[in-house]
Amino acid sequence: MKHFWSFLFFLVPVLGVATFVFAPHFNIWLPRDISEQGRTIDNLFMFILYLTGAVFIVTECVLFYFLWKYDGKSNEKPVIFSHGSHALELVWTIIPAVTLLFIAIYQMQAWANDKMDPPAISYTCEVTGRQFNWDFRYPGPDNELYTQDDIVRTDGKLYLPVNEEILLKITSADVLHSFFLPNLRVKQDVVPGMAQKMWFKGKKTGGYDIVCAELCGWGHYKMKGRVYFLPRDEYDAKLAEFTAEQNTMTVEVPEEE
Amino acid sequence: MLSSLIYDYRKFAMSTVTAETHAAHGEHAHTSSFLKTYVFSLDHKIIGLQFLFSTLIWFSVGGLLAMGIRWQLAYPWRAMPLLGNMLAGPEGGQIAPENYTMLVTMHATVMIFFVIIPILAGAFGNFLIPLMIGADDMAVPVLNMLSYWFMWPAFFFIGASFFVEGGAAQAGWTSYPPLSVIQEAAPGSLEGQTLWLLGVTFVGIASMMGSINYMTTIIQMRAPGMTMFRLPMTIWAMFITAILQAFALPVLTAAGFMQLGDRLVGTGFFLPEGAMANNSPMETGGGQPLLWQHLFWFYSHPAVYIMILPAMGMVSDILSTFARKPLFGYKPMVYSISGIAGLGFIVWGHHMFVSGMNPMLGMTFMVSTMMIALPSAIKTFNWLGTLWGGKIQFTTAMLFAISFVSMFIIGGLSGIFMAATPVDIFIHDTYYIVAHFHYVLFCGTAMAVFGGIYYWFPKMFGRMMNDSWGKVHFTLTFVLMNCVFYPMHILGMQGFPRRLADPYHYETFRNLLPLNQFISWAAFLLMASQIIFVINFFWSIFFGPRAGRNPWKANGLEWQAPSPPGHGNFDFQPIIYRGPYEYGSPETDEDYYPQTQPPKQTPESAEGKAPVH
Repeated sequence: MKHFWSFLFFLVPVLGVATFVFAPHFNIWLPRDISEQGRTIDNLFMFILYLTGAVFIVTECVLFYFLWKYDGKSNEKPVIFSHGSHALELVWTIIPAVTLLFIAIYQMQAWANDKMDPPAISYTCEVTGRQFNWDFRYPGPDNELYTQDDIVRTDGKLYLPVNEEILLKITSADVLHSFFLPNLRVKQDVVPGMAQKMWFKGKKTGGYDIVCAELCGWGHYKMKGRVYFLPRDEYDAKLAEFTAEQNTMTVEVPEEE
Repeated sequence: MLSSLIYDYRKFAMSTVTAETHAAHGEHAHTSSFLKTYVFSLDHKIIGLQFLFSTLIWFSVGGLLAMGIRWQLAYPWRAMPLLGNMLAGPEGGQIAPENYTMLVTMHATVMIFFVIIPILAGAFGNFLIPLMIGADDMAVPVLNMLSYWFMWPAFFFIGASFFVEGGAAQAGWTSYPPLSVIQEAAPGSLEGQTLWLLGVTFVGIASMMGSINYMTTIIQMRAPGMTMFRLPMTIWAMFITAILQAFALPVLTAAGFMQLGDRLVGTGFFLPEGAMANNSPMETGGGQPLLWQHLFWFYSHPAVYIMILPAMGMVSDILSTFARKPLFGYKPMVYSISGIAGLGFIVWGHHMFVSGMNPMLGMTFMVSTMMIALPSAIKTFNWLGTLWGGKIQFTTAMLFAISFVSMFIIGGLSGIFMAATPVDIFIHDTYYIVAHFHYVLFCGTAMAVFGGIYYWFPKMFGRMMNDSWGKVHFTLTFVLMNCVFYPMHILGMQGFPRRLADPYHYETFRNLLPLNQFISWAAFLLMASQIIFVINFFWSIFFGPRAGRNPWKANGLEWQAPSPPGHGNFDFQPIIYRGPYEYGSPETDEDYYPQTQPPKQTPESAEGKAPVH
């Protein structure tokens, strides 16, 4: 087939764009977003996607056009003996430079909101990653961590009030892990010996995945947790239930053999 | 050995290639035995081919490891046919979770340290540098030979690590402590990790010896008339790569020894106070896990340019040859690879945006990372400019080179997502990253390597590869690799994390199984279609049609030497009159204008001055 190779390369932009257009129809896309900063991040993602998508389409089409037009088999004209163009170099240096710098500056506020300016509230919960589980420590009625009334849960289920600012203290007991909530667009590696803060606001009730996103050993794949967002009254009831359970819990000590 | 060292030194001290050293070198060769000619050879071409064969063998090993990963992601916990017995015999071919983490670790380790870096710098660098600059060999042939033989301890250590207790390293190719340091943290953190560190150290020593040699050779041994700005892009890229390597590698080597210290003699560089994992005895610690990440990425970010710049150089040469037209914007190309090298040292933090590093640093690294996209963009536009107005010959080498450009556009653009810190919070450590670096390293560098092999094969072995089968190989590879890596972008958009042996028990990722099965089948076929290349390669070495000196009608100096070049490379003293890209020049009737062809008598050249283009 004439121009087979140019058309093969033309498939790149065609199928490349088609993949992104049809993916949502197969229900593969950014996961459902239930947080506030998630929307900002999704918007920034889409902004970059459209921008790079446009550059992708244009450059790949130019590539196709050149391959098609300047195919040695059909191009009768002599080659253009050119070593380059100073003006063009300036154009395609300055325009991308300005665009890239703009993208960087445009992202800064979102980054600051997500990682640099924690809200001035007390900790909602302490999250500890360990091989291969997420442990949670709630401050209890006195709202202070590391006191007698703390509630410690090791069942991998984190309960949080919905529509409220949450501040988590996150750390690790052994190796690196990463506390990743896909539906809230938050992720932070947890490092042993370092306590870090994470903050967000969940806007929809329900249960969502907690994923470990940093390789932490053979059981990395199953280091799964769930986060449940509850209305305030249900949340309070849940914590009261936990406190009661903790206070009445008896530990059976096996007799020594 | 000593006499040849002295000989090397003398040659180095003289610093220019003269007819005398030429003759001396020739004599030197005739007296050597088979062992010295083909095994412990000092000849850069033999060493280059040794690197080529070794890395191609490891390429298939790395590929098979990837097949294991793909099988597990498509059919979790099902016994793997064929390979399963080799990878996981005791478990009846079922890939256990610790074996899965070993697969991802060793796939990356093998591909990066044993394939990409040594095939570009070791194989192509060794073979091409003296030929393309008009030298009879490297500046220090003994060092060159050692740079190859120092790979063997590394091959041994990494190869052996599969068979020690606990298996090979499992802490990822990034080897983050404490997982990699505390022996109880993972089965692979036993001897496997120690062997891994030793292996990487030896690769480092080998690369360091190579890079010193390359820099010296390119600076000192260029033929008369071969000014820096008449060097082909391949050589410029090798030169900049050698500089990058020389400055970045010591950091990795030092960090490797620090990690060995932490593992073996109880130092605490990377362990916090009281660190423990999996009921291990408590470590004294007092160090910082993030320190390793800083040191590691201070090397490994420049290293990603070590893995792509030579490929860019080779692609530039191939594109110009088969577009039959000068390279568009030679100097901007040189400046942009220099720019990449400079900026490459101040962007490592973008691997650590969510690592716990001070978020303020994230801002600076975001800006520098955005800016490093610029030289890559300039290069892409110049490649398009090179194709513009040419007479394109779609040889196999050219197809691979064009696919490099087409794929590099994708790999380059997807990098912008990660550079943007807020977006990176979500896509960090997901398949979006996996898609990105495979687009750069497989769809980019590996395509350039295939292109380079098809292009320089006639020079390496004196025979041509079969072009029709080459095109079949190209088409299958091109289509299938896009089926493998392109959908990974949308996997990543859903937050699908890397290195998870079974992600489908998460509600969020349950629906991704069919897509992963599609990717895996494409990957199996991609692997299978490389058989065409292997057969074509070996068949052509013995039975391909004779190539002659210059089968592509190319300008480069290497094409003026015999194919394959004998010991000492050139059978005449090359004198260079112009750059390597004067295709379609009005000064000559042919459509090419070799670098060594004296210009027609003009008043200028009569005065003895070579015209500069």
